Amino acid sequence: MAIAALSFYVFAFITLFAAVNVIFARNPVHSVLFLILSFFSSAGLFVLMGAEFLAMVLVIVYVGAVAVLFLFVVMMLDVEVVASRKGVARYASVGGLVGGLLLVELVLIVGGRVGGLPNQTAAPVLPIPEMAERTNTQALGDVLYTDYILLFQTAGMILLVAMVGAIVLTLRKRSGVKRQNIQKQTLRTIDEAVELKKVEPGSGL
Amino acid sequence: MLEIGLGHYLTVAAILFTLGVFGIFLNRKNVIVILMSLELILLSVNINFVAFSHFSGDLTGQVFSLLILTVAAAEAAIGLAILVIYFRNRGSIDVDDISVMKG
Repeated sequence: MAIAALSFYVFAFITLFAAVNVIFARNPVHSVLFLILSFFSSAGLFVLMGAEFLAMVLVIVYVGAVAVLFLFVVMMLDVEVVASRKGVARYASVGGLVGGLLLVELVLIVGGRVGGLPNQTAAPVLPIPEMAERTNTQALGDVLYTDYILLFQTAGMILLVAMVGAIVLTLRKRSGVKRQNIQKQTLRTIDEAVELKKVEPGSGL
Repeated sequence: MLEIGLGHYLTVAAILFTLGVFGIFLNRKNVIVILMSLELILLSVNINFVAFSHFSGDLTGQVFSLLILTVAAAEAAIGLAILVIYFRNRGSIDVDDISVMKG
């Protein structure tokens, strides 16, 4: 139990520390790297809560794909490192007000309920099976492909639309690039490809 | 202190959410960091879902968390694509420059 508590505190501290650094880092590349660290340590939190599949998805999808996408864009756009932090004080007051208000509200909600779910009378809709007989991944797969198949397919459609949208948005026609026109190539006949020239002897072409 | 309950996870998620909101307000230079703050907010929502799922013994929260991950990934891809074409047109991604919505 002590190990679990210690792991929780370590992972939670690293997550929050990295999140603070995402916001305050001057260099966007550092921000992305701290974002990766934040996601990685929250994957640890997920493992502590017994959600192994989600933890691994978080590592693979976020650390492996989304964070690298961010890193790629940051490096491609050559954003300059912000030298001065002019105007921060102006927005920090507004941000601090909104953020502080949110934190107070959330703490007020959470604070009254520390130590478990109050008034939980309803039975779980999908009880989590014992880890020994069904792993977390198997249990998720059991419901994801049966009860939640519609949502699962919709998620797939959303990803497809996002992929098509990203490609369409960033595609541009460049002029002066020689491209292969396969239709033109295959429709070529021998008549237009080969030309017979009558060469007069001694005169050349 | 040694017994980690629902409140501990919810507190972490609440602080993470607040940091994300604070980041959106604080950062006036760079849209990419705003997108990253959005990712932090969605991560805190995910932590909430998984924590509730774990402590109420219900798998539904994890299913929803999975769907949120999907939508967050799609949102990041589209947002970054928009950012790239914006940078191509304007040559900067300062937040103050994006106050005008005409091309």
